[in-house]
Amino acid sequence: MSETITLEVTRYQPDTDSEPSTKSYEVPLKDDWVVLDALNYVKDELDGSLAFRWSCRMGVCGSCGMMVNGVPVLSCAAFLKNYAPGPIKVEPLRYFPIVRDLCVDLSDFMTKLKKVEPWIVREKEKPVEEGEYLQTPEQLDTFKQFSMCINCTLCYSACPVYGLDEGFIGPAAIALAQRYNMDSRDEGNESRMDTLAQDEGVWGCTFVGECTKVCPKHVDPAGAIQQYKIATTENWFKSLVMPGAGK
Amino acid sequence: MRTIDSTPGGPKPYVTPVPRLWWTASAGYVLFVLREMTCVAVGYFALLTLCQMSALISGPEAYAALQAWLKTPLATLLNVLCLAAVVFHTVTWFNVTPRAVVVRMGGKRLPDSAIIAPNYVGWAVITCLVAWVVLGA
Repeated sequence: MSETITLEVTRYQPDTDSEPSTKSYEVPLKDDWVVLDALNYVKDELDGSLAFRWSCRMGVCGSCGMMVNGVPVLSCAAFLKNYAPGPIKVEPLRYFPIVRDLCVDLSDFMTKLKKVEPWIVREKEKPVEEGEYLQTPEQLDTFKQFSMCINCTLCYSACPVYGLDEGFIGPAAIALAQRYNMDSRDEGNESRMDTLAQDEGVWGCTFVGECTKVCPKHVDPAGAIQQYKIATTENWFKSLVMPGAGK
Repeated sequence: MRTIDSTPGGPKPYVTPVPRLWWTASAGYVLFVLREMTCVAVGYFALLTLCQMSALISGPEAYAALQAWLKTPLATLLNVLCLAAVVFHTVTWFNVTPRAVVVRMGGKRLPDSAIIAPNYVGWAVITCLVAWVVLGA
Protein backbone atom coordinates (compact mmCIF):
# COMPACT_ATOMS: atom_id res chain seq x y z
CA MET A 1 0.00 0.00 0.00
CA SER A 2 1.29 3.48 -0.88
CA GLU A 3 2.08 6.10 1.76
CA THR A 4 -0.78 8.12 3.21
CA ILE A 5 -1.24 11.23 5.33
CA THR A 6 -4.08 12.30 7.61
CA LEU A 7 -6.10 15.44 7.00
CA GLU A 8 -7.95 16.83 10.01
CA VAL A 9 -10.65 18.87 8.35
CA THR A 10 -13.07 21.31 10.00
CA ARG A 11 -16.69 20.34 9.35
CA TYR A 12 -19.68 22.57 9.93
CA GLN A 13 -23.18 21.91 8.67
CA PRO A 14 -25.26 25.01 9.53
CA ASP A 15 -28.56 23.09 9.41
CA THR A 16 -27.58 20.56 12.05
CA ASP A 17 -24.40 21.67 13.88
CA SER A 18 -24.25 24.23 16.66
CA GLU A 19 -20.48 24.57 16.25
CA PRO A 20 -17.72 23.26 13.98
CA SER A 21 -16.07 19.89 14.61
CA THR A 22 -13.09 18.06 13.13
CA LYS A 23 -13.16 14.97 10.92
CA SER A 24 -10.09 12.96 9.89
CA TYR A 25 -9.47 11.59 6.40
CA GLU A 26 -6.63 9.36 5.23
CA VAL A 27 -5.40 10.46 1.80
CA PRO A 28 -2.54 9.31 -0.47
CA LEU A 29 0.70 11.20 0.14
CA LYS A 30 1.91 11.99 -3.35
CA ASP A 31 4.87 14.21 -4.20
CA ASP A 32 2.92 16.36 -6.62
CA TRP A 33 -0.25 16.66 -4.54
CA VAL A 34 -1.25 19.85 -2.79
CA VAL A 35 -3.83 20.17 0.01
CA LEU A 36 -6.46 21.08 -2.59
CA ASP A 37 -5.79 17.80 -4.47
CA ALA A 38 -6.21 15.92 -1.19
CA LEU A 39 -9.53 17.69 -0.49
CA ASN A 40 -10.73 16.83 -3.99
CA TYR A 41 -9.74 13.21 -3.31
CA VAL A 42 -11.80 13.30 -0.11
CA LYS A 43 -14.79 14.74 -1.97
CA ASP A 44 -14.52 12.26 -4.89
CA GLU A 45 -13.63 9.09 -2.98
CA LEU A 46 -14.42 9.39 0.72
CA ASP A 47 -17.03 12.00 1.59
CA GLY A 48 -18.98 13.90 -1.06
CA SER A 49 -20.57 16.19 1.51
CA LEU A 50 -17.36 18.18 2.14
CA ALA A 51 -17.70 21.80 0.99
CA PHE A 52 -14.75 23.98 -0.07
CA ARG A 53 -14.04 26.58 -2.73
CA TRP A 54 -11.54 26.38 -5.53
CA SER A 55 -11.22 27.29 -9.17
CA CYS A 56 -7.94 27.78 -11.02
CA ARG A 57 -5.58 25.43 -9.09
CA MET A 58 -2.66 27.72 -9.98
CA GLY A 59 -2.57 30.57 -7.47
CA VAL A 60 -4.39 33.08 -9.63
CA CYS A 61 -8.07 33.04 -8.67
CA GLY A 62 -7.56 33.39 -4.90
CA SER A 63 -10.58 31.26 -4.00
CA CYS A 64 -8.96 28.26 -2.25
CA GLY A 65 -7.53 30.07 0.78
CA MET A 66 -7.62 28.02 3.99
CA MET A 67 -5.80 27.68 7.29
CA VAL A 68 -3.31 24.83 6.95
CA ASN A 69 -1.68 23.96 10.26
CA GLY A 70 -2.77 27.36 11.55
CA VAL A 71 -1.31 29.40 8.69
CA PRO A 72 -3.44 31.06 6.01
CA VAL A 73 -2.33 29.68 2.62
CA LEU A 74 -3.68 29.00 -0.85
CA SER A 75 -4.44 25.28 -0.63
CA CYS A 76 -3.43 24.90 -4.30
CA ALA A 77 0.11 25.92 -3.37
CA ALA A 78 0.49 23.91 -0.14
CA PHE A 79 2.29 20.65 -0.99
CA LEU A 80 1.37 17.69 1.20
CA LYS A 81 5.00 16.50 1.38
CA ASN A 82 5.94 19.73 3.16
CA TYR A 83 3.62 18.75 6.03
CA ALA A 84 4.66 15.06 6.22
CA PRO A 85 4.30 12.98 8.29
CA GLY A 86 1.22 14.95 9.31
CA PRO A 87 -1.48 15.11 10.42
CA ILE A 88 -2.43 18.24 8.48
CA LYS A 89 -5.00 20.49 10.10
CA VAL A 90 -7.22 22.12 7.47
CA GLU A 91 -9.54 24.86 8.72
CA PRO A 92 -11.59 27.64 7.14
CA LEU A 93 -9.96 31.08 6.91
CA ARG A 94 -9.69 32.55 10.40
CA TYR A 95 -11.78 35.56 11.51
CA PHE A 96 -14.46 35.04 8.82
CA PRO A 97 -17.89 33.57 9.62
CA ILE A 98 -18.08 29.92 8.52
CA VAL A 99 -20.87 29.25 6.04
CA ARG A 100 -20.25 25.50 5.69
CA ASP A 101 -17.16 23.32 6.30
CA LEU A 102 -14.25 25.21 4.71
CA CYS A 103 -16.36 27.91 3.03
CA VAL A 104 -16.40 31.33 4.68
CA ASP A 105 -18.58 34.38 4.25
CA LEU A 106 -16.52 37.07 2.48
CA SER A 107 -19.30 39.66 2.25
CA ASP A 108 -17.65 41.82 4.94
CA PHE A 109 -14.48 42.05 2.85
CA MET A 110 -16.51 42.79 -0.29
CA THR A 111 -18.40 45.59 1.47
CA LYS A 112 -15.21 47.15 2.80
CA LEU A 113 -13.39 46.78 -0.51
CA LYS A 114 -16.12 48.75 -2.27
CA LYS A 115 -15.85 51.54 0.32
CA VAL A 116 -12.27 52.38 -0.73
CA GLU A 117 -13.32 52.86 -4.37
CA PRO A 118 -10.79 50.44 -5.89
CA TRP A 119 -11.06 51.85 -9.38
CA ILE A 120 -9.70 54.89 -11.21
CA VAL A 121 -11.60 57.95 -10.02
CA ARG A 122 -11.52 61.01 -12.28
CA GLU A 123 -12.97 64.37 -11.36
CA LYS A 124 -13.87 64.74 -15.01
CA GLU A 125 -13.52 62.02 -17.63
CA LYS A 126 -11.87 63.23 -20.79
CA PRO A 127 -13.63 62.43 -24.08
CA VAL A 128 -12.60 59.17 -25.79
CA GLU A 129 -11.40 61.07 -28.87
CA GLU A 130 -8.72 62.74 -26.74
CA GLY A 131 -7.04 59.36 -26.36
CA GLU A 132 -5.70 57.26 -23.51
CA TYR A 133 -4.44 58.36 -20.10
CA LEU A 134 -0.73 57.86 -20.65
CA GLN A 135 1.58 56.50 -17.99
CA THR A 136 5.34 55.97 -17.91
CA PRO A 137 6.92 52.66 -16.75
CA GLU A 138 8.28 54.55 -13.71
CA GLN A 139 4.76 55.73 -12.79
CA LEU A 140 3.47 52.18 -13.20
CA ASP A 141 6.28 50.85 -11.03
CA THR A 142 5.16 52.94 -8.02
CA PHE A 143 1.93 50.96 -7.58
CA LYS A 144 2.38 47.76 -9.60
CA GLN A 145 3.22 45.68 -6.53
CA PHE A 146 -0.12 46.60 -4.90
CA SER A 147 -2.02 45.77 -8.09
CA MET A 148 -1.00 42.10 -7.86
CA CYS A 149 -3.64 41.42 -5.15
CA ILE A 150 -5.96 38.52 -6.03
CA ASN A 151 -8.46 39.20 -3.22
CA CYS A 152 -7.69 35.83 -1.59
CA THR A 153 -8.13 37.43 1.88
CA LEU A 154 -5.28 35.41 3.43
CA CYS A 155 -4.05 38.75 4.83
CA TYR A 156 -7.34 39.21 6.72
CA SER A 157 -6.92 35.80 8.33
CA ALA A 158 -3.38 36.73 9.35
CA CYS A 159 -4.45 40.06 10.87
CA PRO A 160 -5.42 39.96 14.56
CA VAL A 161 -6.67 43.54 14.33
CA TYR A 162 -9.30 42.41 11.85
CA GLY A 163 -10.23 39.57 14.22
CA LEU A 164 -10.57 41.89 17.20
CA ASP A 165 -12.01 45.01 15.55
CA GLU A 166 -15.03 44.31 13.37
CA GLY A 167 -14.85 47.72 11.75
CA PHE A 168 -11.24 47.54 10.58
CA ILE A 169 -11.10 48.00 6.81
CA GLY A 170 -8.29 45.46 6.60
CA PRO A 171 -5.02 44.89 4.73
CA ALA A 172 -6.08 44.02 1.17
CA ALA A 173 -8.66 46.80 0.86
CA ILE A 174 -6.12 49.40 2.06
CA ALA A 175 -3.41 48.00 -0.26
CA LEU A 176 -5.83 48.24 -3.17
CA ALA A 177 -6.78 51.78 -2.17
CA GLN A 178 -3.08 52.65 -2.23
CA ARG A 179 -2.78 50.97 -5.62
CA TYR A 180 -5.22 53.58 -6.98
CA ASN A 181 -4.00 56.49 -4.82
CA MET A 182 -0.52 56.04 -6.31
CA ASP A 183 -1.77 55.64 -9.87
CA SER A 184 -0.88 58.78 -11.86
CA ARG A 185 -4.22 58.57 -13.70
CA ASP A 186 -6.30 58.59 -10.52
CA GLU A 187 -7.83 61.60 -8.73
CA GLY A 188 -9.67 59.80 -5.93
CA ASN A 189 -7.18 60.27 -3.09
CA GLU A 190 -9.33 62.77 -1.22
CA SER A 191 -12.56 60.84 -1.48
CA ARG A 192 -10.83 57.63 -0.27
CA MET A 193 -9.41 59.55 2.69
CA ASP A 194 -12.87 59.55 4.35
CA THR A 195 -12.57 55.77 4.70
CA LEU A 196 -8.81 55.35 5.05
CA ALA A 197 -7.65 58.15 7.36
CA GLN A 198 -9.79 56.87 10.24
CA ASP A 199 -9.36 54.77 13.38
CA GLU A 200 -10.87 51.86 11.53
CA GLY A 201 -8.83 52.67 8.43
CA VAL A 202 -5.03 52.83 8.44
CA TRP A 203 -4.81 54.04 12.06
CA GLY A 204 -6.36 50.81 13.28
CA CYS A 205 -3.31 48.92 12.03
CA THR A 206 -0.75 48.18 14.75
CA PHE A 207 1.79 46.91 12.22
CA VAL A 208 1.80 43.25 13.20
CA GLY A 209 3.16 42.63 9.68
CA GLU A 210 1.75 39.11 9.30
CA CYS A 211 -0.40 40.19 6.32
CA THR A 212 2.72 40.78 4.27
CA LYS A 213 4.26 37.47 5.35
CA VAL A 214 1.29 35.37 4.19
CA CYS A 215 0.55 37.23 0.94
CA PRO A 216 1.04 34.75 -1.93
CA LYS A 217 1.53 37.60 -4.40
CA HIS A 218 4.08 39.67 -2.41
CA VAL A 219 1.74 42.65 -2.33
CA ASP A 220 3.03 43.90 1.05
CA PRO A 221 -0.24 45.27 2.50
CA ALA A 222 1.57 46.21 5.75
CA GLY A 223 3.87 48.43 3.68
CA ALA A 224 0.91 50.02 1.88
CA ILE A 225 -0.73 50.87 5.21
CA GLN A 226 2.41 52.38 6.79
CA GLN A 227 3.14 54.37 3.62
CA TYR A 228 -0.40 55.74 3.69
CA LYS A 229 0.04 56.70 7.36
CA ILE A 230 3.15 58.70 6.45
CA ALA A 231 1.43 60.33 3.45
CA THR A 232 -1.60 61.38 5.56
CA THR A 233 0.63 62.72 8.33
CA GLU A 234 2.64 64.73 5.80
CA ASN A 235 -0.59 66.12 4.35
CA TRP A 236 -1.89 67.00 7.81
CA PHE A 237 1.39 68.73 8.69
CA LYS A 238 1.45 70.64 5.41
CA SER A 239 -2.13 71.78 5.89
CA LEU A 240 -1.16 72.96 9.39
CA VAL A 241 1.82 75.07 8.36
CA MET A 242 0.52 76.02 4.93
CA PRO A 243 -3.31 75.98 4.94
CA GLY A 244 -4.60 74.87 1.57
CA ALA A 245 -1.32 73.27 0.51
CA GLY A 246 -1.90 69.83 1.97
CA LYS A 247 -4.28 68.67 -0.72
CA MET B 1 -19.83 46.26 12.28
CA ARG B 2 -19.05 43.10 10.33
CA THR B 3 -21.27 42.37 7.35
CA ILE B 4 -22.64 38.83 7.40
CA ASP B 5 -24.53 37.51 4.42
CA SER B 6 -27.27 35.22 5.60
CA THR B 7 -30.75 34.51 4.34
CA PRO B 8 -33.46 35.75 6.77
CA GLY B 9 -34.71 32.73 8.66
CA GLY B 10 -32.02 30.55 7.08
CA PRO B 11 -28.97 28.92 8.66
CA LYS B 12 -26.60 31.35 10.32
CA PRO B 13 -22.87 31.35 9.55
CA TYR B 14 -20.76 30.36 12.56
CA VAL B 15 -18.68 33.20 14.00
CA THR B 16 -15.61 31.80 15.73
CA PRO B 17 -14.78 33.79 18.87
CA VAL B 18 -11.26 35.25 19.08
CA PRO B 19 -9.58 33.69 22.13
CA ARG B 20 -8.08 35.95 24.81
CA LEU B 21 -4.68 34.35 24.14
CA TRP B 22 -4.90 34.93 20.36
CA TRP B 23 -1.34 36.25 20.39
CA THR B 24 0.04 32.80 21.27
CA ALA B 25 -1.26 31.36 17.98
CA SER B 26 1.95 32.03 16.06
CA ALA B 27 5.59 33.02 16.59
CA GLY B 28 4.93 36.18 14.55
CA TYR B 29 2.17 37.28 16.95
CA VAL B 30 4.38 36.59 19.99
CA LEU B 31 7.21 38.67 18.52
CA PHE B 32 4.75 41.46 17.75
CA VAL B 33 3.43 41.51 21.33
CA LEU B 34 6.99 41.44 22.69
CA ARG B 35 7.93 44.36 20.42
CA GLU B 36 4.92 46.34 21.63
CA MET B 37 5.61 45.53 25.29
CA THR B 38 9.21 46.73 25.06
CA CYS B 39 7.87 50.29 24.85
CA VAL B 40 7.53 50.02 28.65
CA ALA B 41 11.33 49.75 28.84
CA VAL B 42 11.67 52.78 26.57
CA GLY B 43 9.33 54.64 28.92
CA TYR B 44 11.39 53.50 31.91
CA PHE B 45 14.59 54.98 30.50
CA ALA B 46 12.83 58.23 29.63
CA LEU B 47 11.50 58.41 33.21
CA LEU B 48 14.93 57.57 34.62
CA THR B 49 16.48 60.42 32.63
CA LEU B 50 13.83 62.81 34.00
CA CYS B 51 14.56 61.57 37.54
CA GLN B 52 18.29 62.14 36.98
CA MET B 53 17.62 65.69 35.78
CA SER B 54 15.31 66.34 38.70
CA ALA B 55 17.96 65.02 41.15
CA LEU B 56 20.59 67.16 39.44
CA ILE B 57 18.45 70.27 39.97
CA SER B 58 17.72 69.30 43.59
CA GLY B 59 21.40 69.29 44.50
CA PRO B 60 24.45 67.06 45.02
CA GLU B 61 22.87 65.05 47.85
CA ALA B 62 19.79 64.07 45.85
CA TYR B 63 21.96 63.17 42.85
CA ALA B 64 24.28 61.06 45.03
CA ALA B 65 21.26 59.23 46.50
CA LEU B 66 19.98 58.39 43.02
CA GLN B 67 23.46 57.27 41.95
CA ALA B 68 23.65 55.05 45.03
CA TRP B 69 20.31 53.45 44.16
CA LEU B 70 21.44 52.90 40.57
CA LYS B 71 24.41 50.91 41.89
CA THR B 72 22.22 48.45 43.82
CA PRO B 73 21.94 44.92 42.37
CA LEU B 74 18.18 45.40 41.80
CA ALA B 75 18.66 48.61 39.78
CA THR B 76 21.52 47.02 37.83
CA LEU B 77 19.37 44.00 36.97
CA LEU B 78 16.47 46.26 36.01
CA ASN B 79 18.72 48.36 33.78
CA VAL B 80 20.27 45.32 32.07
CA LEU B 81 16.81 43.84 31.37
CA CYS B 82 15.48 47.16 30.11
CA LEU B 83 18.55 47.70 27.94
CA ALA B 84 17.99 44.28 26.33
CA ALA B 85 14.32 45.18 25.77
CA VAL B 86 15.23 48.54 24.23
CA VAL B 87 17.80 46.94 21.92
CA PHE B 88 15.10 44.44 20.80
CA HIS B 89 12.66 47.35 20.35
CA THR B 90 15.18 49.29 18.27
CA VAL B 91 16.30 46.41 16.07
CA THR B 92 12.75 45.22 15.32
CA TRP B 93 11.63 48.74 14.41
CA PHE B 94 14.73 49.44 12.31
CA ASN B 95 14.12 46.21 10.40
CA VAL B 96 10.54 47.15 9.46
CA THR B 97 11.50 50.68 8.31
CA PRO B 98 11.65 49.67 4.59
CA ARG B 99 7.96 48.69 4.74
CA ALA B 100 7.05 52.30 5.59
CA VAL B 101 9.75 54.31 3.86
CA VAL B 102 9.99 54.08 0.10
CA VAL B 103 12.81 56.00 -1.56
CA ARG B 104 13.19 56.01 -5.32
CA MET B 105 16.40 56.93 -7.08
CA GLY B 106 16.74 56.90 -10.84
CA GLY B 107 13.22 55.51 -11.11
CA LYS B 108 14.09 52.45 -8.99
CA ARG B 109 13.11 51.73 -5.41
CA LEU B 110 16.12 51.55 -3.10
CA PRO B 111 16.69 48.08 -1.60
CA ASP B 112 15.63 47.38 2.01
CA SER B 113 19.25 47.34 3.19
CA ALA B 114 19.76 50.92 1.97
CA ILE B 115 16.84 52.05 4.15
CA ILE B 116 17.84 50.02 7.21
CA ALA B 117 21.59 50.79 7.20
CA PRO B 118 21.34 54.57 7.85
CA ASN B 119 19.35 53.82 11.02
CA TYR B 120 22.19 51.69 12.38
CA VAL B 121 24.79 54.25 11.28
CA GLY B 122 22.84 57.00 13.07
CA TRP B 123 22.50 54.80 16.16
CA ALA B 124 26.25 54.08 16.20
CA VAL B 125 27.20 57.74 15.67
CA ILE B 126 24.89 58.99 18.45
CA THR B 127 26.08 56.23 20.81
CA CYS B 128 29.72 57.18 20.15
CA LEU B 129 28.93 60.88 20.71
CA VAL B 130 27.15 60.16 24.00
CA ALA B 131 29.98 57.83 25.10
CA TRP B 132 32.53 60.50 24.20
CA VAL B 133 30.66 63.15 26.23
CA VAL B 134 30.04 60.86 29.23
CA LEU B 135 33.38 59.07 29.36
CA GLY B 136 35.40 62.08 28.27
CA ALA B 137 33.86 64.29 30.96
